Amino acid sequence: MANETLISVENVSFRYGETDILQDVSFGIAAGDFLALTGPNGSGKTTLIRIVLGLLKPSAGRISLLGEAIDRFREWNRIGYVPQKATNVDPLFPATVREIVAMGLLSQKPFPRFLRAADEPGINRALERVGMAGLKNRRIGELSGGQQQRVFIARAIVNTPDVLFLDEPTAGVDAETQTRFYEMLSELNRRERLTIVLITHDFSVITKHVNKVACLNQRLFFHGTHEEFCSSPVVQELLQGEHHLVCHRH
Amino acid sequence: MDNFLTYAFMQRALLAGIGVSIPCAILGVFLVLRRDAMIGHGLAHVTFGGVALGLLLSVAPLLVTLGVSVVAALGILKLKEKAGLYGDTAIGIVSSLGMALGILLVSLAGSFNVDLFGYLFGNVLAIDPEEVWLSLLLAAGVLATSILFYQEFFFLTFDPESARTSGIRVRRLESLMAVLAAVTIVLGMKVVGILLVSSLLVIPAAASLQVARSFKQALVCAALLAGGTTIGGLVISYYLDWPPSGTIVALSGVFFLVLFFLRKSLRP
Repeated sequence: MANETLISVENVSFRYGETDILQDVSFGIAAGDFLALTGPNGSGKTTLIRIVLGLLKPSAGRISLLGEAIDRFREWNRIGYVPQKATNVDPLFPATVREIVAMGLLSQKPFPRFLRAADEPGINRALERVGMAGLKNRRIGELSGGQQQRVFIARAIVNTPDVLFLDEPTAGVDAETQTRFYEMLSELNRRERLTIVLITHDFSVITKHVNKVACLNQRLFFHGTHEEFCSSPVVQELLQGEHHLVCHRH
Repeated sequence: MDNFLTYAFMQRALLAGIGVSIPCAILGVFLVLRRDAMIGHGLAHVTFGGVALGLLLSVAPLLVTLGVSVVAALGILKLKEKAGLYGDTAIGIVSSLGMALGILLVSLAGSFNVDLFGYLFGNVLAIDPEEVWLSLLLAAGVLATSILFYQEFFFLTFDPESARTSGIRVRRLESLMAVLAAVTIVLGMKVVGILLVSSLLVIPAAASLQVARSFKQALVCAALLAGGTTIGGLVISYYLDWPPSGTIVALSGVFFLVLFFLRKSLRP
């Protein structure tokens, strides 16, 4: 039986002034997918994610999130988002790891959105899932880029969402931390069936961890499974003969 | 040495000073961290126009200035949003226009320069009981709103984009924050004057950020610094016969420097 479609992008276009950023992009993301959205710089990946999340209005087309048109969508507690450059944190910003993870709970709270003692176990659980429970009371600016990234993932998953969006989450993070980070995402996807949409330039992530790939360059020029991606001529075109792609799964 | 608390004017000054400086400092933490500290400076210029208008119309200057400042604060947001201007450019335009309005009205009236000087340099010792109550009422409103919207303001300050994807109405919150800034500037105007009022928003907040390890600590520390420097400044100004506005602001500047060097020595 086919998995339920959680996100539907239909004929989406976006223009900024006279420039076409996205042209007639259509695809769907099913429950349990771990999808890599890739493409060259300036190909419209971040714009597309921002449109899917309702942060930008498309010039044309429709977005449906968890079965609801994006302009009517209200179940934000079912969505987790880690924006691009999330770890560009002002080192003097006076926020603890706990305070940042607690922000993620606001989407499920009615006004005045006060936190209660009953919220603590959820915060602790989210931090445990990303291996950061021991640093709960540390100031965010004191952590390394990789540790900050884990905190932002904890904030995004504290509500146990259905879908997690990540926009180039490991930019500026060392290789070893990146490996651990993607293993953690794979585990969340496998064990908890968390649907993940990941913007990345990193082909090693695509070949090792994801099960779906979408390639974008204003238009969607590939959307399919990891295996289809690895054997597709489109990939060779993308790599322009500079690399040899070895596809394998752990 | 006589006891300053026996004088009604000192009691009123302390009440209004503490009541106004604490909400200013709390709101200041959000504004400083959002790089919006200059909105206080810009709105202070606008209050000059508001005061001049109030004096010209012979309507309570505090209320007229309140209206003018709120409109100016929302105008700054609209200029940023609709005209696509940078925040400091929008603030520069609105504050200059407010100041120009004040100069034109002063020139047209030509008779209330002495009153206007009281607003420019502040005269908390001359604050009357009605103004004390009005200030305390508005300050309580700002404080209560800041507490009710604390979590949203915190999220908005730290990461506005993720706040939107958590269902927080960011534009409404930004408007609310701008209105609160306008109200606190008008309140602070009577305590330290138009020329120094933005310091009530900026200095205690900036000082608290030198030492605070959490957001709640930053808010509590800024409030304590603001209350402490207001009391200290008023007491020093009473015994040394210094102007209260300058003394309060200078004292908070000293606290900022002390905490800055403390942070440098602890976390070089």
